Amino acid sequence: MTERRPVGLEVRSEVVLPTNVAPEDANLVADFTPNLIDVGEHHLCPGCGEPIAIRAVMDAIAVLGLADKSMAVFGIGCSTAFSNNLDVEVLQALHGRAPSVATGVIRMRPELAVFTIQGDGDMGNEGLQEVLHAAARGENIVCIMLNNGVFGETGGHLTVTTTIGQRTKNTIEGRDADKHGHPMRIAELIAQIDGVGYVARGAVNDAGNVARTKRMVVEAFASQQAGNGLSFVEILTMCPTGWFIPTEDAPDYLAETIAGTHAVGVLRQEQSEQ
Amino acid sequence: MSSRLVEGSEVVADAMVRAGCRFFAGYPMTPFTEVLEHMASALPEVGGVCINAESELEAVGMVWGAAAAGTRAATGSTGQGLSLMQESIAEASLAGIGFVVLNMARGQGDYFQATRGGGHGDYRTPVLAPWGPAEVGDLVADAFDLADEWRNPVVVIGDYYLAHTWVDLDMSSEVATPRPSPAWALDGSSGGTGAAKLVSPLGTTKQRDGVGYDLAAHYAGCAERREQMTAGIAPRAELTHTDDAEVVLVAYGTMARYADAVVTALRAEGERVGLVRPITLWPFPEDIVAGAAEGSNVVAVYENNAGQMIDDVRISVGKSVPIVGLNGFQTDSSAFGIAPDVTVENLTASVRELLAGAKA
Repeated sequence: MTERRPVGLEVRSEVVLPTNVAPEDANLVADFTPNLIDVGEHHLCPGCGEPIAIRAVMDAIAVLGLADKSMAVFGIGCSTAFSNNLDVEVLQALHGRAPSVATGVIRMRPELAVFTIQGDGDMGNEGLQEVLHAAARGENIVCIMLNNGVFGETGGHLTVTTTIGQRTKNTIEGRDADKHGHPMRIAELIAQIDGVGYVARGAVNDAGNVARTKRMVVEAFASQQAGNGLSFVEILTMCPTGWFIPTEDAPDYLAETIAGTHAVGVLRQEQSEQ
Repeated sequence: MSSRLVEGSEVVADAMVRAGCRFFAGYPMTPFTEVLEHMASALPEVGGVCINAESELEAVGMVWGAAAAGTRAATGSTGQGLSLMQESIAEASLAGIGFVVLNMARGQGDYFQATRGGGHGDYRTPVLAPWGPAEVGDLVADAFDLADEWRNPVVVIGDYYLAHTWVDLDMSSEVATPRPSPAWALDGSSGGTGAAKLVSPLGTTKQRDGVGYDLAAHYAGCAERREQMTAGIAPRAELTHTDDAEVVLVAYGTMARYADAVVTALRAEGERVGLVRPITLWPFPEDIVAGAAEGSNVVAVYENNAGQMIDDVRISVGKSVPIVGLNGFQTDSSAFGIAPDVTVENLTASVRELLAGAKA
């Protein structure tokens, strides 16, 4: 069960409804407890999109009934904060190495729903060739890339997905293609590889996109379960800290800036042979 | 007994399969390539998997995953390729993931890499050095046992000669049934129970237990485990005629075969020369080497590099007996570690000089 705790709420009135327990006379109509996440409280920055994305992934595993036949392979980045906070088995990989590690797992345990969680710095910068090769080999795994366009954990530095004009700590005046090169569209790169079952790019900047992203992740796992080869879901996530903007501006910044280069949508969907 | 002519690389591959290895990933590189070729044909026959990885980084990553999933797994290369794998080897030690790493080295220039590790942080890898195909079977099996027991990468180091020498060898022994998956390994089944397993170089403490990753505590635990491993592995060496030797040779792997031939021939002439052959390069058999050196006039370290193992011999023997290095042999243009001056004749001449000096 997920532990819910009231966190840092300022008491503004005499009567405060507790958020961690239901009132005695409450009638439960919907349970919003996150699936398969041990502790609901996270220690990432306010406004971070990664907890929403992780929750979408874990919801998909729960919906498909895969909790006891799945394995997460985590990379290194801000999202590593969840690698010891899930109620599915987790194998921690090194920075950039999750797809090859997941390959070793799936080859020995082909019955499992093996999935990787990496950021754009981890997958796109440090180990881009890994996901490309895993895709071309047709490894039957789900690869998730949380794309916020920066190295969040180091404090907001340029990655291969950083958009033109985006300010980072080492492109302080904004990414200039002449000086810093062009952004790479990772989902498009993977979508053109033979052996890939499903490719989509979602986002978690508003309720509609969160719902669409959850459906994409469910599709990705369903494709993996059908044995269609590598599934890839890129999820655009907010990083107000690494974008140097007010927290409340981050969802719109994602929609206007990041998604302008990295367009949301389904890029490839192979039909199951079953 | 059914012996046949077989290449060293096939003996290595065969030994891994017999030891229960069911996953192998590697990237072709001379003189390791033929081991990969043999694994590619041998593993599928026993239900295993061999992947021709797209890089050494991916090869060791795949082995990380397969080993964590409970399989006896191995990778390999020559020293250059192993340089690329060092990050994973170092961190696998911290994650408690054991597997075997072959180094079909070019010469013996990878002694430091193997025994000191080329990776970061405080870690150690046991290193076993067979001196020929006949010893490969036992040492490869030992390497997998050590990797299981200590949940740590273990290096088996050979060279061009071991990989490419054809020998007449009995290849008929039984293929062992792979051992069951260890209890710590992952199979997905603990998910959803409230106690899902975690394997990580960052530690295994979960947030639900009120603590997250505590690297200071984890690294301290790893250091303790490393000390236990150091104390728990018996250093091994083979002694030949060292009891009354005036000149004690120290050599491992292929070089020890030349040294052994020289010692045998000179002993037939009545010359007091002996050989210590380290089999575990880490832990180094310090006490055995020191014991063999005691009472001798000179210790000569014969190695196909610019002088690396001589450091461990110095640590073992101290300053009680003079130590000389017979090393620095020029290799041929292939750069595969073939040194034309490494011959029985040349070593015999060198040892005669040392004997003359010892008698003078």
